[in-house]
Amino acid sequence: MLETISGPWHWSVSGIAIAAVMFMLLYAGKEFGVSSNLRTACSIAGAGRKYKFFDIDWRAQQWNLLFVGGSIFGGFLAFYVFPSAEPVQISAETIDYLRSVGVSAPGEQAGSSYVPAELFALSEFSLSTLITVVVGGFLIGFGARWAGGCTSGHAISGLSNLQLPSLIAVIGFFIGGLAMSWFILPLILQLQ
Amino acid sequence: MHYFTYLTIGAFFGFVMTKSEAVSWYRIQEMFRFESFHMYGIIGTAVIVGAIGVALAKRFNWKAIHGEDLRLNPKNMSVPRYLFGGILFGLGWALTGACPGPMFVLLGQGIWLIGAVILSSILGTFTYGVLRDRLPH
Repeated sequence: MLETISGPWHWSVSGIAIAAVMFMLLYAGKEFGVSSNLRTACSIAGAGRKYKFFDIDWRAQQWNLLFVGGSIFGGFLAFYVFPSAEPVQISAETIDYLRSVGVSAPGEQAGSSYVPAELFALSEFSLSTLITVVVGGFLIGFGARWAGGCTSGHAISGLSNLQLPSLIAVIGFFIGGLAMSWFILPLILQLQ
Repeated sequence: MHYFTYLTIGAFFGFVMTKSEAVSWYRIQEMFRFESFHMYGIIGTAVIVGAIGVALAKRFNWKAIHGEDLRLNPKNMSVPRYLFGGILFGLGWALTGACPGPMFVLLGQGIWLIGAVILSSILGTFTYGVLRDRLPH
């Protein structure tokens, strides 16, 4: 039982569970969309006084902030209380490729069972880390709001609703993602 | 009780995202390099189950808890905002290996630098709000 909970879970179980999250929120009268919280954060910080886009009643978004707070706790629970016995099992091709661009395999370094130490360990802080967190984060926040949603809003909810705008957004996600993974990321990883 | 509901759904989401490994930077690289079916399986299953549920909800007029229709509000049709915004988002997603949901889940895993990604993403959203009227939508 404990082993089943600790995972990793099969992709089909995970997919059904994510759809269940969307339906639980829909049943509560809410729409699954995590990036909206970034706008709410700007409103709480007072950006609405000067910019109309942030002049919203953020209290109506409280439920979503609670959702995000819960997800932090869920990550803690899954990582520390019910840890998976093994690091992420990615394909051999991906491991070979990542090694060729200087990224170690999952679990090879301390704290790298889900994310690589080369980019996310404070002890290995480098220019490539700085660009990843600052530029990467900025693109996520800017792009998600321009596109009107992120993976949860467009790829999961929007495609479930069979709406064309979400399909266009997801195609955009992939154009950007492919360009980054295949062409730009290898250059960023070379920076020390 | 109300607060507790959303905290619980969120905790379930964070747990699922970790156990599905969708929060992993490695999984996102593997996906964009087309070297595994894993992420496509997760997203594909969620969308198929979601689409069936949404269609049933429309067909049989299911209601949410307070009696309103159980449905997703459609987005306005246009191309530039979804395409250009989507491309920028995709660049950030593949670089950090995290989208907005996983960013917070990883914080719970003690990946402290992801806190800087979250702050940058708030700054990105703020910048969008400032430039909004000058961007094509």
